Amino acid sequence: MTFHPKIDYRELHRSARRLPHDDGQPFAYSAENRARLEEIAKRYPPEGRRSAILPALFLVQRQHGYISLSAIPHVAEAIGCTAAEVEDVVSFYTMFYTRPVGKFVVQVCRTLPCALRGAERVTEELIAALGTDPNGTDSTGTFTLVEVECLGACDRAPLVMINDSWHECLEPDQARALADDLRARGEAAVSGCHHQQADRAAHQ
Amino acid sequence: MDPILTKYVREPHSYTLDFYLRHEGYEGLRKALSMAPNDVIDLVKASGLKGRGGAGFPAGMKWQFVVKDTPKPKYIVCNADESEPGTFKDHLLMERNPHLLLEGCLIACHAIGAKVAYIYIRGEFLHVQHVLERQLEEAYAKGYVGKNVMGLGFDCDIFIHRGAGAYEAGEETALLESLEGKRAQPRLKPPFPAVAGLYGAPTAVNNVETLSNVPLVLLRGAEWYAALGPEKNGGPKLYCVSGHVAKPGVYEASMKTTLRELIFDFAGGVRDGRALKAVIPGGSSVPILLPNQLDVEASFDGVSKAGSLLGSAGIIVLDETTCMVWLAENLLRFYRHESCGKCTPCREGTQWLLNILEKIERGDGEMKDLALLENVAGLIAGKTLCAFGDAAATPALTTLKNFRGEYEAHIREGRCTVPAPWRRRSAAPAHSH
Repeated sequence: MTFHPKIDYRELHRSARRLPHDDGQPFAYSAENRARLEEIAKRYPPEGRRSAILPALFLVQRQHGYISLSAIPHVAEAIGCTAAEVEDVVSFYTMFYTRPVGKFVVQVCRTLPCALRGAERVTEELIAALGTDPNGTDSTGTFTLVEVECLGACDRAPLVMINDSWHECLEPDQARALADDLRARGEAAVSGCHHQQADRAAHQ
Repeated sequence: MDPILTKYVREPHSYTLDFYLRHEGYEGLRKALSMAPNDVIDLVKASGLKGRGGAGFPAGMKWQFVVKDTPKPKYIVCNADESEPGTFKDHLLMERNPHLLLEGCLIACHAIGAKVAYIYIRGEFLHVQHVLERQLEEAYAKGYVGKNVMGLGFDCDIFIHRGAGAYEAGEETALLESLEGKRAQPRLKPPFPAVAGLYGAPTAVNNVETLSNVPLVLLRGAEWYAALGPEKNGGPKLYCVSGHVAKPGVYEASMKTTLRELIFDFAGGVRDGRALKAVIPGGSSVPILLPNQLDVEASFDGVSKAGSLLGSAGIIVLDETTCMVWLAENLLRFYRHESCGKCTPCREGTQWLLNILEKIERGDGEMKDLALLENVAGLIAGKTLCAFGDAAATPALTTLKNFRGEYEAHIREGRCTVPAPWRRRSAAPAHSH
């Protein structure tokens, strides 16, 4: 990428290199995850084994919480490709965390359809309720707040994704209650995608 | 038109194999397997089924282009990376009617001579993926997928592949790159996927809704299917209505339905009694239509004639409180974030468009910035490997064309002239991309 004196490159473009965090810990798959990876690799022809890189990285993240520097050569060895090829992928996709994250990663959809229904206000309220700015983690390591682009649930806006689950139709004035509920009940506080079946029926 | 694709989505067990089999499930596949592959392709061509992913390319033609005379394997890849802002129809189909998609994949494989289909689903749809995976297992267990499908001597595997967060993966060659374990960046075309697609083998990439229409064509015939919509725009269509409407949601209708009917009759009109300002009819990448342009058929051809595109049928409704400079800025932040970085005009240009729009929106704009916006947008559109460049240039160009006065007011008054209660109350953080 080019560098220009008038552009603030505080957040580098996704095509630019973001080295994963080096936590000094060696990474190795658990026996279970290593076996799981071999199962997944069978979905692809032998010459297409590299296709298993994305699933392999999801396994790292599930085991370790994020993708650390030492996981890169380990995944490369398991796949049979170079470390550069793995890092190329890690740095491109937004769902891979290259830094430690909080117990709950709270992702607010900020793209137009959600924004039209109050997502900017939701973010403001969440900043206050969670005690962290977007792209930051609170001092207790409980919440990481991220503004993300369209999650594909524009009819149930504003949408917030907490770890892997959806929380739908979050009004700005409900943000503080959601934060408290998450602290108290964990992921049980998340609505899930139930509007699809119940409330949604009224729409159609 | 009564719903067909979404007829049973509200039934509690509509996603199960048992339910599907009670409603003629896999009968389209049975019919297809009794036909020669070329006859299946001809039937789908005759139905006029257009691709539902955004481009509206005829599905039968796509299959016909797949090179058949080759020692290489062939692949069907289902694009379930639904990411176009304003689009959420494939989610509903996969979650509530997954076997329809699986059946469509199998018919497509038979048509082009493939033994494997991959469903590339976006990573944020994990709850949908779980439904698909369970139903796929069920279909394997009951002999509808795998070896000797339905005892009819047809072998076909279906695998689900999870994406990891990249809008660009919705572009078909970028999707193939991603499926091969690389960055989701588009390929130079030609060769098209029909010649050299996944692992260099002939491949057809079809959208979820497209494949979900295929069993209907087989079951009821091309004539029945074509007659559901206006000429060359046959079949049922799923519309996603979002934004400032009373009842956002997925609505299934004939493409004879007008945009106005979809917004006012289906989705209950503009919420809170406000006035309609504009509509983005096909996902965030297409030009804006004004309230007096909505009496057109919501078909691929109808919306085209009105000066926009049906795209992914994501209808985003904007009421009078929407600032058009803010809107362009919001969308440019999206495109800037999602630009894959492969082509310089798009990677650099989206950043510049965003910078200028932020400057105008916060009240620091100058009149000469408007010409600069048009200039930069013009340097992106048509100058990139994929359609992303055109899409990224559109929000700035279409808002300037239709709402130039609003831009000028921002610059004259040195502030946003259309503030809304639903927007942020604190000052926008500088360079918050």
